[in-house]
Amino acid sequence: MMAERTHKQKPATERTDEVVEEAAPARSESGEKLKGELDDLLDEIDEVLESNAEDFVKSYVQKGGQ
Amino acid sequence: MAIPKVCGIETEYGVVVRGGDNNPVSASSMLINAYVNATSRKIGWDFEDETPANDARGFNLDDVFAPDIETSLVNAVLPNGARYYVDHAHPEISNPETTTAAEAVLWDRAADEIVRASMTYAREVMHDGAEIVIYKNNSDGKGNSYGCHENYLVSRDTPFGRIVAQITPHFVTRQIYCGAGKVGCEQPGREPGEVAFQLSQRADFFEEEVGLETTLKRPIVNTRDEPHCDPQKYRRLHVIVGDANMSEVATYLKVGTTSIMLAMIEDNELGDEWLLASPVSAIRQVSHDPTLQRTILLRDGRRVTALEIQFGLLERARKYEQTHGLEVVGDEVGRDVLVRWEQVLTGLERDPDSTANWVDWVAKRRLVDGFAARHDLQPGSAKLKAIDLQYHDMRPDRCLALRAGLATMVDPADAVAAMTEPPTTTRAYFRGRCLQKFPGEVVAANWDSLVFDIGRDPLRRVPMMEPLRGTAQHVANLIDQSATAAELLERLGA
Repeated sequence: MMAERTHKQKPATERTDEVVEEAAPARSESGEKLKGELDDLLDEIDEVLESNAEDFVKSYVQKGGQ
Repeated sequence: MAIPKVCGIETEYGVVVRGGDNNPVSASSMLINAYVNATSRKIGWDFEDETPANDARGFNLDDVFAPDIETSLVNAVLPNGARYYVDHAHPEISNPETTTAAEAVLWDRAADEIVRASMTYAREVMHDGAEIVIYKNNSDGKGNSYGCHENYLVSRDTPFGRIVAQITPHFVTRQIYCGAGKVGCEQPGREPGEVAFQLSQRADFFEEEVGLETTLKRPIVNTRDEPHCDPQKYRRLHVIVGDANMSEVATYLKVGTTSIMLAMIEDNELGDEWLLASPVSAIRQVSHDPTLQRTILLRDGRRVTALEIQFGLLERARKYEQTHGLEVVGDEVGRDVLVRWEQVLTGLERDPDSTANWVDWVAKRRLVDGFAARHDLQPGSAKLKAIDLQYHDMRPDRCLALRAGLATMVDPADAVAAMTEPPTTTRAYFRGRCLQKFPGEVVAANWDSLVFDIGRDPLRRVPMMEPLRGTAQHVANLIDQSATAAELLERLGA
């Protein structure tokens, strides 16, 4: 099943080069760079995350909708 | 035969008042009134479908300068062709009709900006630093859900049973790239902690395969038959099974892949290869499995993963493109959707984390897991649920999704323009332009009609039963050349 699928996708991969301009989800960065990014992100979350998480989560109650 | 996939997204937002009375209905009304009062004359939504309603009149002449706290239910039409109103106890924006996934994403982003502006305007009329905070999510983590619905125009000729059977495998499995992610579990009968993290906000709430309900016993395929256009020719497939996405690419893929699937079903080119033995348990199982490794039982006895089904649907879509083209979803957009669809599946297959810039649940999980590791938190910690909720906080200074490194497709300036400009490709253009140019004479609007008061005679209703008429190409000149609504109606022969 997997082999057959890979085979059939070949033409698609060729077309990819023509159409896509922006970064595909595949990341080529090194693991270390990714980790650095995540560290910066977590620093930011430390700053902006609701200070009293327990109260915030408890009081976040919505009425059911559609 | 497949017909153009006119489409649109409607989002019910979570709403919280901080530092004030936390009544969601009055808060939603206040939020919308604050926006409408600050930006335009209020045009009411018309609930009448066919009758030239004199009673529409009183309904629509609300005082422009509503009191600060307005508790009556609000129902406004915006100059971009959207409807902005209170639904149940949530503010909701129903985006204008569009013709491609790219347009749907643009007006979804415009809705984000409308909500952000609304919060700012509401803060100005509230006192003592109270504020209304909006969350673009679908669950409160306590068993209450609210929807992000998609709508697609489908041909009345297509047997509904075929749509139900053949679209279900897509609805059950597309969450692997359009799930918005959730900390915990809300499936009835299970403990919140039984699932640490799942792909979808909504999957826990689906209990039926097909049905009319939207608030209880929600079905994977909703049967609401309210086309808002010519019912002899069209259906509006009302899709309630999706999540609200913060990722633009996820919204694009959600609408783009579903549009292609529906065109294929209309042309009877999708087939029954992937029919599921038990869709309701499958949709939860897929959502509860971030490894993407568990298999689903098909009706023909095979067991396959959600990824295998998605690869199978993609392969059929590629064949369809070869034999039928993708004009009904927009050729260029359709081809780009196929490319990105393959990229996201390939990325998910190799390493889900590689899709963190496209896929909301992956981006969110990265934050949750990273934060847990840094602070040595156990699953079940309130801080992790707080990250989940705050991912969807629409305040730019608080929103975690905006910080998560998601790729964008829409130029921010275009999103701002789309707050007040309608799509040019559907009847939303006529609706939006008339509201812009003749705000004093349009007294009510609906998806399929506009009601004018030109100062004499009864109110005049202009029906818009064809979603693809009233486009810029059809009516831009007419509107430009008409100094008054009366002139426009004359030119239209209405």
